[in-house]
Amino acid sequence: MEYVLIFISAIFVNNIVLAQFLGICPFLGVSKKISTGIGMTGAVTFVMVIATIVTYLVQKFVLDAFDIGYLQTITFILVIASLVQLVEIILKKVSPPLYQALGVFLPLITTNCAILGVAIMTIQKDLNLLEAVAFSAANAIGFGLALIVFAGIREQLELVDLPKGMKGTPIALLVAGILALAFMGFAGMV
Amino acid sequence: MNQLQNFTKGFFKENAVFTLLLGMCPTLGVTSSAINGLGMGLATTFVLIMSNIVVSLVKDLIPDKVRIPAFIVIIASFVTVVELLMQAYLPALFESLGLFIPLIVVNCVVLGRAEAFASKNNFVSSLIDGAGMGLGFAMALTMLGAVREFFGSGKMFDMVIFPEQYGMLVFVLAPGAFIALGYLIALIDKLKKA
Repeated sequence: MEYVLIFISAIFVNNIVLAQFLGICPFLGVSKKISTGIGMTGAVTFVMVIATIVTYLVQKFVLDAFDIGYLQTITFILVIASLVQLVEIILKKVSPPLYQALGVFLPLITTNCAILGVAIMTIQKDLNLLEAVAFSAANAIGFGLALIVFAGIREQLELVDLPKGMKGTPIALLVAGILALAFMGFAGMV
Repeated sequence: MNQLQNFTKGFFKENAVFTLLLGMCPTLGVTSSAINGLGMGLATTFVLIMSNIVVSLVKDLIPDKVRIPAFIVIIASFVTVVELLMQAYLPALFESLGLFIPLIVVNCVVLGRAEAFASKNNFVSSLIDGAGMGLGFAMALTMLGAVREFFGSGKMFDMVIFPEQYGMLVFVLAPGAFIALGYLIALIDKLKKA
């Protein structure tokens, strides 16, 4: 039950993109087509879960153990950056088709604030390791849901006759706003 | 390009938020009031200036292949400095900005300027570029924060302009951030062409 709540809360109630504003850059950047949205979601899910596990262990066994919590920001971003490189190298070797699908998105992920944000939130919420895995997976799904729904709307938007000034980014932001309004309907559920 | 243009380009022509669409997460996340927007903007400006200075000074010592990780470490160090200073001297602001302070590390504006400008230019122009870009970013955040605060709760920099019950609450909440920024970008686009 506890884990179900973690999922519902992270996917719908506190959606990482639409309620917490993390990962907006890829949300606006790679949402022009559903297919790229799906690729990005795959890459983010993969990296987010691994990164959360690794940063969790680093926090517990290195930072807390030596009482150097103030190095959290530097350590986490380094761990994430090297992890992304590592995942890229391993994927290339082990699973070329998966690399083909996710490869172009991996370098972008280092500067995706959702990854670092979830890693830090996991520590702040004081979760245990299993909860941390569930939390990061749920947030990745929430990111994917928002991104894919948004990409679907934007594909239709291409065909709409808009006032000249609203074309491109402004209308995309307005659509995101309305989407966020819809997600606010879930507020108070958990 | 002379130094004055170098400074002013960050405000209008190459404004990080309105034109380049960089650093969107803090832009939307912390601008529920003008003060928060200004605080975040100034914190980012500090990191941007310091990292630009250091990157421009050490650019010849860093091997090309590891330059991005090296830049990230430099930026992360200054973010930690800001984090600790704010926690000590501005605890209220630190509390309301929360998670977004450590996330300055992954603000693409900072890394973008280090890579695109400071790694190719000298100390003085990097400093000016950092100051211009940072203050332009701070200006954008303050504007968005002021608009949201005004429509949402009838205040501007905490001064009451009209009673709060006539405000549109949605502007202070998450959806209002997207909607306000969408209209602001459209407006600024229009002004720029005119």
